[in-house]
Amino acid sequence: MLVMAIPAFLRGPTDPTVTGPHVITSWKLGPLTINLTETVVLEWIVVAFILGLAFFLTRNLRVRGVSKRQAVAEMAVEAITNLVRDTMGRRWLWFTPYIAAVFCFSIFGSLISLFGVRAVTSDFSVLLSWAAVTFLVITWTKIRYGGIGGYLKGFADPMPVMLPINILSEVATPAAMALRHFGNIAGGGIIMMLVYYGLANASHMIGLDIAIFDVGIPAVLSLYFDLFSDFMQAFIFIMLTMVFVSNAGPAEEEASAS
Amino acid sequence: MDMGEAIILAGSAIGAGLAMIAGIGPGIGEGYAVGKACEAIARQPEASGAVTRTMFVGCAVAESTGIYGLIIALLLIFLKPFT
Repeated sequence: MLVMAIPAFLRGPTDPTVTGPHVITSWKLGPLTINLTETVVLEWIVVAFILGLAFFLTRNLRVRGVSKRQAVAEMAVEAITNLVRDTMGRRWLWFTPYIAAVFCFSIFGSLISLFGVRAVTSDFSVLLSWAAVTFLVITWTKIRYGGIGGYLKGFADPMPVMLPINILSEVATPAAMALRHFGNIAGGGIIMMLVYYGLANASHMIGLDIAIFDVGIPAVLSLYFDLFSDFMQAFIFIMLTMVFVSNAGPAEEEASAS
Repeated sequence: MDMGEAIILAGSAIGAGLAMIAGIGPGIGEGYAVGKACEAIARQPEASGAVTRTMFVGCAVAESTGIYGLIIALLLIFLKPFT
């Protein structure tokens, strides 16, 4: 009997393990250890892709005789500008590029998992750093509109007894944002991994060495856990950023009156 | 596998199941929010964009407790922090 050698990857996943991102190399820098992880390399790929896309879409811009490429670019910029204007108000329009950048980074960083690698956003440190930027902008806005004194006094509002609760809620805002995004993407990834593992096992059970059930069937679930959830979480992350940041300042009418 | 490890594994599995009880709250809350959003859109169809956006943000905030439960359950099942 002729036994054909089957490549290992056709057998499908056989070991349901969940690990953090692999460390490729690490450097010692005094007491610090700097790790170059899988996530960082994938981030470079995502950044390069977004840069290439932006460069490709914005070449040969002209006023008359708009090309299809330019129409797509204009549509995207207009959509995100309208979103920022509707959510944050006109005086926050300068904030649009950051929101657009985070949105692109988040959505492409999550969608990279469609190529079978770890999603960038299933690494908690990535989300935590984005949330930290949001936290800094919130703090900066509060100080800008209220002064240092007003910012510090805000912690004792409405009464000094609330001080620990206010500090906690200040820290909880970015932490909850990061955990929500991370939990959704990482949880979705683990569920998809379990589905692939289960279907591979099912096809081994009926005597096939090739994971035949892994073809096509998981795509239905992937539609929700990869496409819908990625888009939704990117959208929610920027929406929460915009809402928190614009709430940190005074309302629009007061700001324009003063 | 010795007895102690077996007990820890069993405890982790039961704990993961219990952690997912956290899914009840967001389920009820989000359902309520979406129902109210449907009512609002039915009453005022021209505001559907703003209502939908607000609803998604509200759902996301309501969902976070469920996500915390999910994270705890995943930690207990896959990372087995106590073994």
